[in-house]
Amino acid sequence: MPRLLLFVPLILFIILGGFLWKGLSIDPRELPSALLDKPFPEFSIAALNEPERILTKQDFIGQPVLVNVWATWCPSCRQEHEQLLAIAATNGIPIIGLNYKDEAPAARVWLEQLGNPYQFNIFDEDGMLGLDLGVYGAPETYLLDAQGLIRHRHVGVVTIAAWQEMQTIIKGWDSVKN
Amino acid sequence: MLKIKWAAGLLLLLCSFLVSAAIDVYQFDDPEKEKRFQELAYELRCPKCQNQNLADSNAEIAKDLRTKIQQMLVADKTNPEIIDYMVERYGDFVLYEPRVKPQTYLLWYGPVLLILLGLVAIFFIIRGRMKNKQSSAQSDVELTVAEAKQLDALLNIKKGKKS
Repeated sequence: MPRLLLFVPLILFIILGGFLWKGLSIDPRELPSALLDKPFPEFSIAALNEPERILTKQDFIGQPVLVNVWATWCPSCRQEHEQLLAIAATNGIPIIGLNYKDEAPAARVWLEQLGNPYQFNIFDEDGMLGLDLGVYGAPETYLLDAQGLIRHRHVGVVTIAAWQEMQTIIKGWDSVKN
Repeated sequence: MLKIKWAAGLLLLLCSFLVSAAIDVYQFDDPEKEKRFQELAYELRCPKCQNQNLADSNAEIAKDLRTKIQQMLVADKTNPEIIDYMVERYGDFVLYEPRVKPQTYLLWYGPVLLILLGLVAIFFIIRGRMKNKQSSAQSDVELTVAEAKQLDALLNIKKGKKS
């Protein structure tokens, strides 16, 4: 019996080592959204391209959508723009832009020059919708289901891998429906 | 003449107050709120910058959140209300002091548990040693007859060699 007790430190070491090993592959910057599986926050904000049009949640609820947080001051947003255009072109899913703490003229020029993957853009000038959404830096992308619940949050550039991950989630919903 | 000097001195003093107020971006009508603002900005963590609090960070989001805290303080919100607001949006990550809830029981009570385990271990080790001592003391007394003879023989050999 005491001989077996001698293995206790080794076992503890292996358990601790397991946790530390797992810790090496976790990105501490990737925070789970506090709003996961909760409804998208209510808002009523003007559209970027039509300042007289007031957008609300009702403008996109009813189908799964991507909400992409972007700004002209954000270099990674430029990097992911191609991928967003590709998603829009293949009719994968409607993309709603959340133009975050930006200047309207610069943002309009950006869309004219680089192409517009968005159905429409919410012009969140003071970043208060971003705050309600728990945005801590652009780019961020949220996947919403048809009920308007936030089902997935992606922080950083939407890469092909990130888009495939979102597609897998969407396919999961489709299979439930059928 | 003296009165004018006093007045001028007072005026200068007031001016210096105005300058220091202008440097501080966040204004409060009540010094108690300002103190709470400092406390909250120190104990809330900036979501963008991993290991900085809101007070130390220059990140855009930290500025926004400081402004939000100031607005909420001016609107007479309590500290728990403000902290709840932040946690609702940014999760437990913003808290430098984690809340006591089932997921954090191990974090909060783990150290106490370890100390207790250590005490129990020490107790068993000491008791084991005391038992060993007792049993070795007893074995001194309880020599069998054969052993006693053997011992005598050995001692005699030694004595014989010496003499």
